[in-house]
Amino acid sequence: MGITYTSLDTTKLSTAEIYAKVLCDLAEDDERIVAITADLAKSTKIGAFHERFPERFYNVGIAEQNMFGIAAGMAKCGLIPFTATFAIFNSCRGLDQVHTDICYQNLNVKMLGTHAGTSFGQAGTTHHSTEDIAIMRSMANLTVIVPADGTETANVVKAAIEHEGPMYIRINRGFDQVVYDSMDYDFQIGKAVTLNEGSDLTIIACGSAVFSALQAAREIEAQSGIKARVLDMHTIKPIDADALRKAVHDTRRIITAEDHNVIGGLGGAVAEVIAESGMACAFKRLGLQDKFSPIGYHEDLMSHHGIDTNGIINAVEELLKMDFEEDEDWEDEV
Amino acid sequence: MQLTKEKLIELEEKANSLRHVIVDTVLNAGSGHLGGALSMIDAATLLYYHVMKIDRNDPNWADRDRFVMSKGHAGIGFVSILADIGYIAKEDLKTFNLTGSNLGIHLDANKVPGVDASTGSLGHGLSMALGMALAAKLKKQDYITYCMLGDGECNEGSIWEAAMAIAQYNATNVITLVDRNHAMIDGNTEDVMGLEPFADKWIAFGFHTETVNGHDFEAMNNAIAAALARKDKPSCIILDTVKGAGVEFAAGDYRWHYGAINDELAKTAHESLDRYHQKRLAEMKGA
Repeated sequence: MGITYTSLDTTKLSTAEIYAKVLCDLAEDDERIVAITADLAKSTKIGAFHERFPERFYNVGIAEQNMFGIAAGMAKCGLIPFTATFAIFNSCRGLDQVHTDICYQNLNVKMLGTHAGTSFGQAGTTHHSTEDIAIMRSMANLTVIVPADGTETANVVKAAIEHEGPMYIRINRGFDQVVYDSMDYDFQIGKAVTLNEGSDLTIIACGSAVFSALQAAREIEAQSGIKARVLDMHTIKPIDADALRKAVHDTRRIITAEDHNVIGGLGGAVAEVIAESGMACAFKRLGLQDKFSPIGYHEDLMSHHGIDTNGIINAVEELLKMDFEEDEDWEDEV
Repeated sequence: MQLTKEKLIELEEKANSLRHVIVDTVLNAGSGHLGGALSMIDAATLLYYHVMKIDRNDPNWADRDRFVMSKGHAGIGFVSILADIGYIAKEDLKTFNLTGSNLGIHLDANKVPGVDASTGSLGHGLSMALGMALAAKLKKQDYITYCMLGDGECNEGSIWEAAMAIAQYNATNVITLVDRNHAMIDGNTEDVMGLEPFADKWIAFGFHTETVNGHDFEAMNNAIAAALARKDKPSCIILDTVKGAGVEFAAGDYRWHYGAINDELAKTAHESLDRYHQKRLAEMKGA
């Protein structure tokens, strides 16, 4: 299918707008696709679907539990519902229905959580979503994806249609910094994208932190010649364990960065794989340090929580100071 | 859809056999939701043996009428129908609740053929039923989705989210039934969290609402026929029932929402069900 979006589009269209456009493109040829929202047609941009396919669009009012239940019933009858609400309401307000109706029944429902992390920073903690990755990745059967920017989001929507089963897609409010120039790269669910090669350490990031990580790696290399590998870990579940083990083996120093509580999110998921790998490494999780976020603009909050470029550079410097004992068997441990 | 006297008696014979199976299943399982299974079994019998369009050889027939048992804890009653139809083997009932069985208290749609939705967490079923009904409209299929709610379950706000939406979409192809057995785990509904004026609530939400005796096949059948004929608004049928109906020691006693029975109590229950059945048959034959 000829769906192509580039960084030219993502400078004009917010990430959610790209999402809705791609969904409309796909729905043109697939009558199973329906869209549902809970009075957030405008905010999540899924309203574009309503303009193109009014008969396949449902706005259930401010009733997230009902939205997820309806989506489950529709999926039971062969439709592919795409729900859209804020990430916080997806993962908290409607969670019982997400858990029982959608994940337990393993239904083909695609859930879009927008305004994720602190991207709606001005709105305060009721609208921040800094626990959703932890919550959603603990749901059996559920695939959890956090795209880095609008272009990657386009790839995610395409992949979501081809993927059978429930999926949670977490995106930010507004525009994301551009990470990808075009959709033409190897995007696969469950496979990390190596954005920068390096053997001194690895920075693993998702969502808005991917751009910060890439910028940090470039600046560090320019300043000191240190080469940081950067992984865009867009799929939190199933996580790319091979890429993680390889990163530990090759670089032995790992930093994770996410716009989310450090407990249970990307950092937690990475830590689980590393701990079970049997390989030791220096490790640091960046994100919200088990705190609710203050109010503010997204970029200011990224900086406050140390997941902007400077914050990541500082963490890299700290991590590089850490010493290791000699380990003669290291090469045999992978 | 008229019920002849012969059909009426046939339904009572069927319901009677299912009531006995429920008691046996509770006995084998060690315990179970006796009260709520017996209160809804007459309505479910009417649906599965007279009203609903199903394929006895294919539980997944695309055009079948759907049934969502929103009060999922009545699974021990529902499963007796699935076994009788032949969607599952009758011997499997003996494994109910046992480790490794496909049959647990709240039936799993992915494991039990004939179950259209996994339920158990209360307040979910009506939304799923609406989703099925909206899918039917979109795909131009004419199946009807029946949803069985518990009355205590209507404490859940999500039920009213679904009710509001059913009215908004005028989803006349979903029929809401409420097993109004007047009791929940911790007591009688009006003592724990009052529901009355219950019918008025559904009316206020935009439903054609009828309250009927949930143990009277003819009354229920007429109410369902009237509901199916309505195209101007969706319908809710409140089934006035007795929790534990037919088992004297349990009937009307909220404490039998869930309970354990031994061989002796099971024998007493079976004897009680026989008397209940004979009384109902006599009334039907006399009518």
